[in-house]
Amino acid sequence: MSVLSREMTGPEASTVPRTVLDQLHDWVVTVDHKRLGIMYVTAGLLFFVIAGIEASMMRLQLAWPGLHIVPPETFNRLFTMHGTTMVFLVGIPIVFGFGNYLVPLMIGARDLAFPRLNAFGFWILLFGGLLLHFSVIGGDGLYGAGTAPAVGWFAYAPLNGRAFTRGNATDYWNLAIFVTGIGTIATAINLVTTTLTMRGRGMTFGRLPIFVWVMLTVSAMTLLILPPLSAAQIMLLLDRYLGAHFFDTQAGGSAIMWQHFFWFFGHPEVYVLMLPGFGFVSEIIPVFSRKVIFGYMTIVLATVGIGAVSLSVWAHHMFVVGMGAPLNSFFALSTMLIAVPTGIKIFNWLGTMYGGKLLFRTPMLFCCAFLFQFLCAGLTGVMLSVAPFNWQLSDSYFVVAHFHFVLVGSLLFTIFGAIYYWFPKVTGRMLSERLGRWHFWLFVVGFNITFVTMHVQGLLGMPRRIYTYQATRGWEIWNLITTLGVPIQALGVLFFVVNVIVSLRKGEPAGADPWDAWTLEWATTSPPPPYNFEVVPVTTSRRPLWDLKHPNDPDGPHE
Amino acid sequence: MNAASMVTVPATAVPRAWRGRIGILSLILAEISLFGVFVVAYLFYIGKSLNGPYPKDVLDVPVLATICLLSSSISVALGAKALHRGEVQRAGLWLLVTVLLGGFFLAATAREWHRLIYREGLTIGTNLFGTTYYPLVGLHASHVIIGLVMLSLCCVLAWTGSLRQTHAERVEIVSWYWHFVDAIWVVVFTVVYVIGR
Repeated sequence: MSVLSREMTGPEASTVPRTVLDQLHDWVVTVDHKRLGIMYVTAGLLFFVIAGIEASMMRLQLAWPGLHIVPPETFNRLFTMHGTTMVFLVGIPIVFGFGNYLVPLMIGARDLAFPRLNAFGFWILLFGGLLLHFSVIGGDGLYGAGTAPAVGWFAYAPLNGRAFTRGNATDYWNLAIFVTGIGTIATAINLVTTTLTMRGRGMTFGRLPIFVWVMLTVSAMTLLILPPLSAAQIMLLLDRYLGAHFFDTQAGGSAIMWQHFFWFFGHPEVYVLMLPGFGFVSEIIPVFSRKVIFGYMTIVLATVGIGAVSLSVWAHHMFVVGMGAPLNSFFALSTMLIAVPTGIKIFNWLGTMYGGKLLFRTPMLFCCAFLFQFLCAGLTGVMLSVAPFNWQLSDSYFVVAHFHFVLVGSLLFTIFGAIYYWFPKVTGRMLSERLGRWHFWLFVVGFNITFVTMHVQGLLGMPRRIYTYQATRGWEIWNLITTLGVPIQALGVLFFVVNVIVSLRKGEPAGADPWDAWTLEWATTSPPPPYNFEVVPVTTSRRPLWDLKHPNDPDGPHE
Repeated sequence: MNAASMVTVPATAVPRAWRGRIGILSLILAEISLFGVFVVAYLFYIGKSLNGPYPKDVLDVPVLATICLLSSSISVALGAKALHRGEVQRAGLWLLVTVLLGGFFLAATAREWHRLIYREGLTIGTNLFGTTYYPLVGLHASHVIIGLVMLSLCCVLAWTGSLRQTHAERVEIVSWYWHFVDAIWVVVFTVVYVIGR
């Protein structure tokens, strides 16, 4: 009780006017999962803007052959920082931020299992992000060579060795990502423990919201895949500073080892980012179709199945290395196998929409675009899993188009959908539907202009990571179209930013349950109090709030 | 009549003690994954050193240190059990035994490293054996150090009388971590001193 009453005299008290400094202090010292979740997502969105600007500069440089807008060295730094930031400082914080905010609310808990560990996780991740960007100032080191890291987001050996990247830029990459990894592992431990031990009364595993299942899977995966990256980074540090030979081919070490270690992390990492996107969709589509999710158990099994199979597909990034036919075949087959549970999910979502009373509000619009774009992303993924096809197109713009269809066309779209869906819960105010539609249509058009055409340059043989190209290759017009999509996307994001700022001040009050939804987070006020629920509702089915609203027609007997 | 009340509500409340247990098990899972990569690297580079010294020439099997470390698992378990029963003094004593056994192991590792570096001239940069040996054994040793710090803290708290029966679950979690440190040594020992020699 003492904790509870002290919290209530804190940020909730409206009688005493509080200075900005006091409020800032509250945010800095908070251990509340909701505030930390908000800070995670906000930090992710800020880094998203930075990495987006980096991408725009690259597209400007590539808009036409022979341009000299950024020098080649800067171009290398741009794609390195863009990739690293988007994966580690945008994808991870946003996904785990949503997990932080929603998991306790959805299972009827008052906080995560280890609130202080949670705060540690956020701040260490933010520190890692700042450390990475500090390289722009401090990367010179003692040698005056390089500023920001320029080794690509997967920092292949031997390029990452001391002999080839002098100065400290690569060390900033190495240590910053190592540090963010510690924070992510801390959060993953927290989410696993919370889900396993703190579910409210009646919240059995068979009734967990799919988003919670997804976060449980993703957190367990994180525990298995992030430490190998940390281990590889420790080895790299030892190579660079103590003269070890892990990746030093001249002393018998193996550069390929780095690729194996990196992709053993790197590919499951894609699913760590993408599965929560599936979780968002699985929460949003039923509510806006006014139907229960179609095939709850198959989605759950598919989620866990994707998590398991994703641990054995990593070397499909390495077909061109020359691993030999047996390994190539194994990784090609396992990669194709993972398309099965993923395909099942698409049918689950379609089955949910089929015959439903569809409401095309902004969150649902983003989910619909996701369905189309994710299908394309998945299909090009299956194409790339065919090793001979991959030999042709590895490291081409076709690959770039493929994974941007996954991470932008699928993940980012679901993240935007999720923000429109849960913003009312977090802030107590609705986002503007009108601005939301502008955001959606501009972004969907801009995205497709940029990334559909990008497949074509790839098929025409344009390699990734080149800073310019000759005019005679037939890539000019495609690159120009690709670049022209960028301002349209940027305008869409601008509408989003304006929408958030305007709605925070003048948005329509949301009330506890603006979407007439069914999961427990909508059972409490918007925004929820620090203790989440006055009385934690008892869960009687997969749609606990439906049961509370319709006591005469509960879901339980139908499940 | 409220139809919702007809639906059975199984009691899902998990005892609070499991929070710490699941937490430490998650951490141990992550640690296994971390060690796994160093073990794989060690196995991959066995016999690939371009120059000596080679493992069979310079490595002695640390029998006594291994016996000490493995038996410290028993003493820490006895300590945790004693605290559960409320016997603080006895618990403190068993934890002290654990610290001494762990300390002996660490000293043995230090002696071995000293001998390898100064007598045999093997450093991390000498060859691939050195490159993989020091990080793997060193990673384990650093975990021993972390465990010893936590166990020593428990010992001191028991000595000053701050450790009470209510802390039994926390000490139990420290003991789980220590069991992990011991278990992973079995793997490291097998890889370095049995397979690698």
